[in-house]
Amino acid sequence: MALDSKIPQGPLADKWTKHKNEINLVNPANKRLIDVIVVGTGLAGGSAAATLAELGYNVKAFCFQDSPRRAHSIAAQGGINAAKNYQGDGDSTYRLFYDTVKGGDYRSREANVYRLAEVSANIIDQCVAQGVPFARDYGGLLDNRSFGGVLVSRTFYAKGQTGQQLLLGAYSAMNRQIGRGKIKMYNRHEMLDVVVVDGKARGIIARNLVTGEIERHSAHAVVLGTGGYGNVFFLSTNAMGSNVTAAWKAHKRGAYFANPCYTQIHPTCIPVSGDHQSKLTLMSESLRNDGRIWVPKHKKDVEAIRAKSLKPTDLKEEDRDYYLERRYPAFGNLVPRDVASRAAKERCDAGFGVNATGEAVYLDFAAAIERYGKEQAHVKGLDENDAALVKKLGQEVVKNKYGNLFQMYEKIVDENPYETPMMIYPAVHYTMGGIWVDYNLQTTVPGLYAIGEANFSDHGANRLGASALMQGLADGYFVLPYTIGDFLANDIRTGPISTETKEFEEAENKVREDINHLINNKGTKPVDYFHKKLGKIMWNKCGMARNEKDLKSAIEEISQLRAEFWKDVRVPGEADEYNEELAKAGRVADFLELGELFAKDALVREESAGGHFREEHQTPEGEAKRRKEFQFVSAWEYKGEPKDAVLHKEDLAYENIEVKERSYK
Amino acid sequence: MSGILNSSIGRKFAMALSALFLMVFILQHFAINILSVFSPDAFNEASHFMGTFWAVQYLLQPVLILGVIFHFVMGFVLEIKNNNARKVSYAKNNGSANSSWMSRNMIWSGGFILIFIVIHMIDFWVHEMNVKYIAGDMTGLINPADPGSGFRYYEELVVKFEPIWRVALYCVGFVFLALHLLHGFGSAFQSIGANNKYTKALQGISKVYSIGIPAGFIFIALYHHFTGTH
Amino acid sequence: MNLTLKIWRQKGANAKGKMVDYQINDVSPDMSFLEMLDVLNSELIIKGDEPVAFDHDCREGICGSCSLYINGEAHGPDRLVTTCQLHMRKFKDGDTIYIEPWRAKAFPVIKDLIVDRSSFDRIQHAGGFVSVNTSGNTQDANSIPIEKANADAAFDAATCIGCGACVASCKNSSAMLFVSAKVSQFALLPQGQVEATDRVMNMVNQMDAEGFGNCTNTGACEVECPKGISLENIARMNREYLKASFKG
Repeated sequence: MALDSKIPQGPLADKWTKHKNEINLVNPANKRLIDVIVVGTGLAGGSAAATLAELGYNVKAFCFQDSPRRAHSIAAQGGINAAKNYQGDGDSTYRLFYDTVKGGDYRSREANVYRLAEVSANIIDQCVAQGVPFARDYGGLLDNRSFGGVLVSRTFYAKGQTGQQLLLGAYSAMNRQIGRGKIKMYNRHEMLDVVVVDGKARGIIARNLVTGEIERHSAHAVVLGTGGYGNVFFLSTNAMGSNVTAAWKAHKRGAYFANPCYTQIHPTCIPVSGDHQSKLTLMSESLRNDGRIWVPKHKKDVEAIRAKSLKPTDLKEEDRDYYLERRYPAFGNLVPRDVASRAAKERCDAGFGVNATGEAVYLDFAAAIERYGKEQAHVKGLDENDAALVKKLGQEVVKNKYGNLFQMYEKIVDENPYETPMMIYPAVHYTMGGIWVDYNLQTTVPGLYAIGEANFSDHGANRLGASALMQGLADGYFVLPYTIGDFLANDIRTGPISTETKEFEEAENKVREDINHLINNKGTKPVDYFHKKLGKIMWNKCGMARNEKDLKSAIEEISQLRAEFWKDVRVPGEADEYNEELAKAGRVADFLELGELFAKDALVREESAGGHFREEHQTPEGEAKRRKEFQFVSAWEYKGEPKDAVLHKEDLAYENIEVKERSYK
Repeated sequence: MSGILNSSIGRKFAMALSALFLMVFILQHFAINILSVFSPDAFNEASHFMGTFWAVQYLLQPVLILGVIFHFVMGFVLEIKNNNARKVSYAKNNGSANSSWMSRNMIWSGGFILIFIVIHMIDFWVHEMNVKYIAGDMTGLINPADPGSGFRYYEELVVKFEPIWRVALYCVGFVFLALHLLHGFGSAFQSIGANNKYTKALQGISKVYSIGIPAGFIFIALYHHFTGTH
Repeated sequence: MNLTLKIWRQKGANAKGKMVDYQINDVSPDMSFLEMLDVLNSELIIKGDEPVAFDHDCREGICGSCSLYINGEAHGPDRLVTTCQLHMRKFKDGDTIYIEPWRAKAFPVIKDLIVDRSSFDRIQHAGGFVSVNTSGNTQDANSIPIEKANADAAFDAATCIGCGACVASCKNSSAMLFVSAKVSQFALLPQGQVEATDRVMNMVNQMDAEGFGNCTNTGACEVECPKGISLENIARMNREYLKASFKG
């Protein structure tokens, strides 16, 4: 099947308006006759469910957590971008569009990104109207901060808990519709298959995680807002439950999977402390506004620091290597994430890592504390040369901005980041790849939509900070509710979809078969054993730097591990009860397939772009080197084993932006 | 407004209002009693006024009785309801880590205060009712037939505090009152929604009131016990 | 370090549960509490026993899933943290640790340490929102300036993660801190004023209907709240409720 991205004709700036004017609508009376399933209740799924219900559709929403409010969007810290230009610093829709395409290393779809930039301002209006308590300045107006990879301040925030506040906003919009009976909420339910009837997505098979019951749910369309697949690395900043299962099952039912190898490795996370570690914790990118990243200049100091005979605060300024400021004077500590992560890896690989494992760099706030302290002392008319006073005042300012992050760091690492620099290291954070969608956010299966992190479209090969929240809410509040009508307009006379059909039967049987296999397998190793092993392969061979040899061996190893998993996994308990190990086993089974496709995609993409860095393709300075012939989206079609997946290419055309070498120097 | 007493916050508000009323009453009660230490005459005057003035007797007294009954009944009702909100209790609960003993044991301090009040009523109030409304003696004199015999109130007070067991009982009662007030005073203000920049100051006043008033009552009891002339 | 764990085991909602003893050795002080339970669970699985079921997800203290009553306190002995952020360095070698689920009639046990907190969701359905359509056609975000102090206080209230530690810690199993956090957030913002009367009445009524106890101002909730939600919010809710009651 040829890929049709359905990008509307006409000038870039008019495409979305024109498209909205031309697509089919469903009249309000008919919307009552149409059911929509939304899987996932994060920013994308939650906002979509609320908006679709508001429009009049009957929505059934599903989440595996015990409440929609716990979706992992809640953990996003730093902020949300919007081209409001409240700061008057030259921001505009075009500039947000430009920054996003450039930040994504020219691997995203122009039309989608422009639309995203266009609706971004609406999101802020909407959220404020919902009662989202964004940070404000003393004049009572909204405050902004700046994020990596851009030269303006366009990030709206609520301390270090922006994701939480936005998600609670979407959750409250959902609650209003649940209260009205327009959304039927299924908590603690996991989607285990999509049901395709006559070529259209018409329902899902879900497992009630409390009772273990396998349920059939039908609808006229299915929307997946099920997030990313970063947990394929086992250790990531994702929640423990974040998984690829819904997306992967959709892939198996015909939805193409795009660019699986584009993974964002976030530069500022708390380093791994030991083998027991179950997840990694992010320290918001916003910290790079005020923190300076460095390692010692000399190996002897590194050794002294590792041996704890030298304190980092005692190291003289001239003995420190502020490597980001050195390498990228224009953007300094605020280079995009992929660049910052690789630079940290480069220093640590060269032996300058500052913790016991050699995998950590410093993020230092001393300079910011002093700068803010002096500013405060000046404002308050106090002595600017009193170091202790300046430090105290400065710490207060920093606490106000990042208090919760500092507290989190202290609880985990047991060191006070106000006094000594934080130690950080890159960790898997976000996946730009995902289910392929067209301009309408529809997958290659008619009636099946993918929104938010679950789709692939807007961030190219690297996502800029504070853009994930923007995309999730844009898709859910402002894009999907329009575009889905174009499909549903043909369904006003279809009537309710029956679940008593052979397609539902077949899908349910398949789900039961897999579950029974896992329960009856009675192997010797717990699910986590395989997940950790997969994670190690992914991190070592498909991580921040990749090469042909490693990728080939990763494909081999993952395939073997998958076979071993099905032979030797042990899932305790029964199928018809609350059984977390069973749920985990199903998720890891899918990761074991996705992981292989991931490596295959990385192998095929013989260039470096954004988060995908092939060692064979770099500039003499060690920067990512794109190749013109790879200016396409890789969309994979399922054909059984991952190795048999078929590649389809969607060529990317840049008509409104010049494709240049991405430089932050 | 309808059914406000059926809602959790409404009940809480009513508890707080009755508590505030009772605290004003206790203050007033204390103010009169402490007179007995300084001036038996003043005490007698005040007691006579309170015991015979119509507004006090026929308006405030019933309100007070209703207030007391309401506070106790509602307290017990809420306690039962609150206990029902947790069917299975914890195998290990470290309540002292997050709250004061007083706040967790209002039902016990309140229960002992109830016992004390019953005894106190029998000691003084039942006697007063007998003399004034059953015997019909509204004069307040030691000997109703002899206007020169003087008021009986001070004398009766001193006699009551002669036996050591009663003094001891009263002291224990006031200790429980102090414990009850140490949480109850601030709690009443929180319940009516007063939690603001004055809360810190209020906590200070709460301590002074909650310890000072019961300590004062104890002092009065001990004073009369040890200085009583009979 | 080596520890003795006393853990509540309960097969299902209707089963009878009991405390069961487990021994766990070689616990690293850098582990989080949940990572310690992960280790216990892998040992149980390999031995052929059923692992201990507990709620958890983000493991960075923000999703509100984790909910353990540890040694008699919600989220354990540390302050301003959830169970997932509690680290084993807070315990000593040889300690005995009690691990129980939240206990409240309105939070029935589903299995082992997992409870059903959907009563919280139902309270939110009753009024935890501003009735504005998500069309995006609202007024500009900066058209109503909001005093910084109010915006900050609204934010502080809004940081509630809905974990239920307040209910678990309260001797009365009262949910007032949770409900008041949402009522306060909207009460402090101009956007929330329009529906203030209905919101507080509906949410409090639903809270009562769910079977939570009454607040007696012990303040345990505030101390145990991992997000430090203040009792001031309960006072504000009381005011809002009284105002609404008199308004009718």
